[in-house]
Amino acid sequence: MTEGAGTARDLSLARADFPALAQQVHGRPLVYLDNAATSQKPRAVIEALVHYYERDNANVHRGVHVLSERATAGYEAARETVRAFLNARSVAEIIFTRNATEAINLVARSYGDAFVGPGDEVVVTAMEHHSNLVPWQQLCARVGATLRAVPIDDRGELDREAFAAVLGERTRIVAVTHVSNALGTVNPVAELIAEAHRVGAHVLVDGSQAVAHMPVDVRALDADFYVFTGHKLYGPTGIGVLYGRETLLDAMPPFLGGGDMIRTVTLEASTWADLPNKFEAGTPHIAGAIGLAAAIDYVTRIGFEAIAAHEHEVVARAVEALRQVEGLRLIGEPRERGSLVSFVMDGIHPHDIGTIADSEGVAIRTGHHCAQPIMDRYGVPATARASFALYNQASDVDALVRALERVRRLMG
Amino acid sequence: MSDLSELYQDLILDHNRRPRNFGELPDATCHADGHNPLCGDRVVVAARIEDGIIRDIRFTGSGCAISKASASLMTEAVRERRVAEALELFDRFQAMLTTPTGQPVDAEAFGKLAVFAGVREFPMRVKCATLAWHTLKAALLQPGGVVRTE
Repeated sequence: MTEGAGTARDLSLARADFPALAQQVHGRPLVYLDNAATSQKPRAVIEALVHYYERDNANVHRGVHVLSERATAGYEAARETVRAFLNARSVAEIIFTRNATEAINLVARSYGDAFVGPGDEVVVTAMEHHSNLVPWQQLCARVGATLRAVPIDDRGELDREAFAAVLGERTRIVAVTHVSNALGTVNPVAELIAEAHRVGAHVLVDGSQAVAHMPVDVRALDADFYVFTGHKLYGPTGIGVLYGRETLLDAMPPFLGGGDMIRTVTLEASTWADLPNKFEAGTPHIAGAIGLAAAIDYVTRIGFEAIAAHEHEVVARAVEALRQVEGLRLIGEPRERGSLVSFVMDGIHPHDIGTIADSEGVAIRTGHHCAQPIMDRYGVPATARASFALYNQASDVDALVRALERVRRLMG
Repeated sequence: MSDLSELYQDLILDHNRRPRNFGELPDATCHADGHNPLCGDRVVVAARIEDGIIRDIRFTGSGCAISKASASLMTEAVRERRVAEALELFDRFQAMLTTPTGQPVDAEAFGKLAVFAGVREFPMRVKCATLAWHTLKAALLQPGGVVRTE
């Protein structure tokens, strides 16, 4: 583990823990503001990956040799780290997937095909990432269910009256994002879950934009399913997590068939392994799970109190500064905002904003953010988005604003 | 370092601010929709073909400065050209955009279109410069369009 990895006291020094941040692009110091797409990785995560591949690399749950035991121990310890991180009851409730998308598809396929039928309803919101929309569209088409989408208001907040109205006895599952990746909106998921539970529906929460920025307690939320991807949480790509309530996961059929997920196999039939293995067919991303655990250890050492306080300060500065930029319009002005800001500039396409910002060393995302229904809602083809992580500082906001001033000079 | 002024040349900025031949073409004989799903850019190219010659051409849609300027300059470049010539120009234009950056571009052969040589420095933006051309090609080759009248 790296010495000096951030603590509450030295969050301003956390930048030094991330090797990729110490570079120049186009002759300028890199200002990385695309954290909602993926975050940079702290040295502790990179070292955990290297350590695993240099010393412990073997397949899990198989051999009796030392390396296999180490790999298995590391992989299962990672599961325990995730369990504690989410405050799940049991490691049986933690399924490793490739990413949040795969976790959602797992639930849509396994839970959906088994428990959603003709005439049933699936509820999503108008602010979902495509990953939490398309699998439900596919499910509804497969089983003859109806997809109901809850609209958002001009601020980019969920229409709570519409949400309450759409819930009914045919609602089987509600799929909602914890934090919108395109608007920044933080949804009151605990309240939404309680409402959905009153009509007997189950709730899947997409926590991909939440887990790096705020503490998540799946028991306090009373979530039935909670998914996130590792790479937005300072972990490697290719590793994600599905938390599922044990009674639900137990009742669900396997998603993928193959090795590791079986108890007995004959040429005619098979029986399934217990949780969590039932949902982890094939050799998993062992190194990824170990790297994700290192990332969780890293943020846990710093603490979410410090991370949230710091990021709120930086994001508030960004919102304030962007409001002052001539011709700039924020897309989404939620009362509770996560660590990102979406915006457009009069007469200037977001791609041009992105290219010009990049030439100043400032990396932002431009496009529809895999949330085309939101773009339609606001009547824009795309937005520019600055998204923040624990290592961003007020100076990064200033660099962004300087870059936008250059955009205005060049394109205005 | 990629030079921003190579990308956003005055001619491109001018055509972005004041796109030429922007709007509907009521008497079009062919048209096509172009869409870049990655960035959400859309362009509609409509042309009136008579005797295998592009007599009029207009475009609508929304996009970045590169894609809008490219569409605008394209309409100027292909107007009054034979369809086959326009398609051949697109092939050469595409080849120019994928020429390694060190190699010079035959500015004379491309006329105003040579202004897009700077896009080579920005590989992510090449598709912006070619969207309108792909759309034009689709319009020209569609059934009922020009290919049949050639």
